[in-house]
Amino acid sequence: MTTTARMRRGFLERTLDGLLDAMERASAADRHAASAGWLQHLDPRVKLAGFGGLVAAVALAHRLDVLATLLAGGVILALASRLPVAALASGIGIATLVFSAALALPALVLTPGRAVATVPGLGLGVTAQGLTTAGYLVLRTATTTCLAWLLVFSTRWSHVLKALRAFRLPVVLVVVLGMTYRYVLLLLDGAHDLFVARRSRTVGTLDGPTRRRLLAQGAGVLLARSLHLSGEVFLAMQARGYRGEVFVLDDFAMRRADWLALVSFAAAAGAAIWIGR
Amino acid sequence: MHIPDGYLSPSTCAALYAGAAPFWWVALRRLKATLHTRVVPRLALFGAFSFVVMMFNVPLPGGTTGHATGVALATVVLGPAASILAVSTALAIQAFFFGDGGVTALGANSFNIAIVGSLVAFAVYRVAAAGSPLTSPRRMVAAGLAGYVAINAAALVTAVEFGLQPLFFRDPSGAPLYCPYPLSVAVPAMMLGHLTIAGVAELVLTAGVVAFLQKSDVALLAGGAGANVPRGSAAEDRAVGLRPLWLLLGVLLVLTPLGLLAAGTAWGEWSASDFNNPQARAAMAAASGGQAAPTAPPGGLQRLSTVWTAPLPDYAPPFLRSAWLGYLLSAMFGTGLVLLAVAGIAALVRPRGRNGTAGGTVGV
Repeated sequence: MTTTARMRRGFLERTLDGLLDAMERASAADRHAASAGWLQHLDPRVKLAGFGGLVAAVALAHRLDVLATLLAGGVILALASRLPVAALASGIGIATLVFSAALALPALVLTPGRAVATVPGLGLGVTAQGLTTAGYLVLRTATTTCLAWLLVFSTRWSHVLKALRAFRLPVVLVVVLGMTYRYVLLLLDGAHDLFVARRSRTVGTLDGPTRRRLLAQGAGVLLARSLHLSGEVFLAMQARGYRGEVFVLDDFAMRRADWLALVSFAAAAGAAIWIGR
Repeated sequence: MHIPDGYLSPSTCAALYAGAAPFWWVALRRLKATLHTRVVPRLALFGAFSFVVMMFNVPLPGGTTGHATGVALATVVLGPAASILAVSTALAIQAFFFGDGGVTALGANSFNIAIVGSLVAFAVYRVAAAGSPLTSPRRMVAAGLAGYVAINAAALVTAVEFGLQPLFFRDPSGAPLYCPYPLSVAVPAMMLGHLTIAGVAELVLTAGVVAFLQKSDVALLAGGAGANVPRGSAAEDRAVGLRPLWLLLGVLLVLTPLGLLAAGTAWGEWSASDFNNPQARAAMAAASGGQAAPTAPPGGLQRLSTVWTAPLPDYAPPFLRSAWLGYLLSAMFGTGLVLLAVAGIAALVRPRGRNGTAGGTVGV
C-alpha cells in the first residue's frame, strides 16, 4: 500500500467500513433468517437450547477430534439450511485469525513439552503439547463462532429474544436487549451519516489533534443524540400506554420436527461431552 | 480484550457469570430506583451507544489507531450502575450477533470490562475530579485518567484469568486445555498492549468527549459519576473526606502480598525454634553485626512463646496453600478487626441522648 493510499484510508474510512460491515451483517442475518431452510423452520427455542448444548459440549471437550467433528457438523448444518457457507467461513476465519492467531501461534513454541519440530531460521522448538494447545484454541473458537453464527443467521433476532423467555430470562432484560439491537442499527446509521458528512467536507489531510477532536465530537454528538432519543422513545412508549410493565407474546408451538431436532441436538451434545471428556 | 470462547475453562466462565450476577442485580435495582419507568428505554439507548462507540477507530499519537470500549465515558456521563448494564448489554449483542467475544465468556467479559472497568473508572474519576467545577480542565484530565486506569485494570483482571488456566486445566499429556500462558507471560503480554495502545485510545476518547461536552452540553456531565455529593451535613462532608482514605486502604490491601518479596526475618522477630536452626542462627548473626546468637533459646522466650498460638501464624492460614492469598486474607482479616475495634470504641465514647439512644454518626 502506498503512503497516499494509507493516508486516504484514515480513521474516518476505517470507522465507516466498520459501521457499514456491522449494518450489512445485520441485514444479511435478517435476510437469511427469513429464507427457506432446515434450521430456519425450527422452533427458535429448540435452536437456542440445541446450540447452547453444543456450545457447552465444545467448552467441555478435551479431544481435538470431537471439536473437529462438531465444527464439521456445523458446516453440514449450514449447507443443509442453504446458508451461505462462504460467509460462514469468512466469519469463522476472521474470528480465528483475529483472536486465535495472536495467542495460538506463540503457544506452539512457548508450551513446554516434547519437541516435534523446529521453526526454520529461529531455532525454536515446536512441542507436541504446544500443537495440541493451539489446536484446542483454534478449534474451540472456530466451532463456537460457527454455532453462534448458525443461530443468528437462521433465526430472527426478535425470535431469539422471545425464545430467551422460555429459559426464564427476566422479561425486562429481554425487552432491553431487543430495543438495544433496534437502536444499535439506528445509531450505526446515524454514526455513518455523521462521518460521511464530515468526510465530504474535508479537504486535504488532517493532523493528529484535529482527527482526535473530530472523533470526540462525533462520539459526543452521538451520546447527546442517544440521551435525547431515549427521552423521545420513553414518551412514545408512554403514549402507547407503557407504565413500566413489559409483556412479550409467547406464540411458539412445537411440532414433531422440532421435537425430533431437539432430541438430535441433545444426543449430539451428550455424545460430544461423553466422548470428549 | 474481548475474551473469545475456548480461552477460559467452563468452571472459570461459570464462576465469572456468578461473580457478575450480583453486580447486574444491584445495578438494575439502583437504576430502577432512580429512573423508574424510564429504565427500559434508557438502558436500551445506553447499550446501543456503548456498542457503536466500541466500533470507532480512535486515532492515536504516532499515526496508529485503536479501539476503545467507552466504559469510562459511560461511567462519567451515566454513572457506574448504568454503565455496568449498558456495557454488558452491548457485550451480549456483540457476542451473540457479531461473534466479538465468546458466548460462554460473556460473564467474564462483562465482569472484566463492564464491572471492573466501570467501578475503577468511577473511583478514579471521583477522586481525581473531586470538588472541581464541571467545566474545569481537571474534569477532562480526570476522565482521561479514569479511562486509562479502568481499561488497564480490566486488562489486568483478564490477564490473571488467562494466567490461571494452565495452572488448573491440562489434558493427560500435559497440554493446557484452555489459555496456555502462565501469569508470567499472560500479564506482561496483555499489559504491554493496553498500557501503550488500548489505554491511550480509551484516554483520548474519554477526555475528548468530556472536553466536547464541557463546551457544548455541560448538563450531561452533571449526572453519573459527575454528580456532586450533597454537602448538607457534617456527616456527609466527613464521608466525602474519608473516601480517598478508603480507596488508599483498598489499594494497600491489594498490595500486601508484595511483603512476600522481602527475604529473611525482621531483626528481633525470631521464634524460639530459630535458635536451634543453623541457617536462622547464621542470619541472626549476620543481622547483628557478627554477634553470635545463644545456642539455646532464652528461657523466658521459650516459656512465653507457647502462651498464645496465633490463628493465622506468619500471615499464612494453615487451610490455604497459596502464600500470597494467605497474605491477602490475613491483611483483610486484620484490617477488619481494626475497623471493628475502632467502631466499638467509637460507639462506647459516643455522646448519648437523653433517652439513652446513641446520637451522631461513627466516622469509620
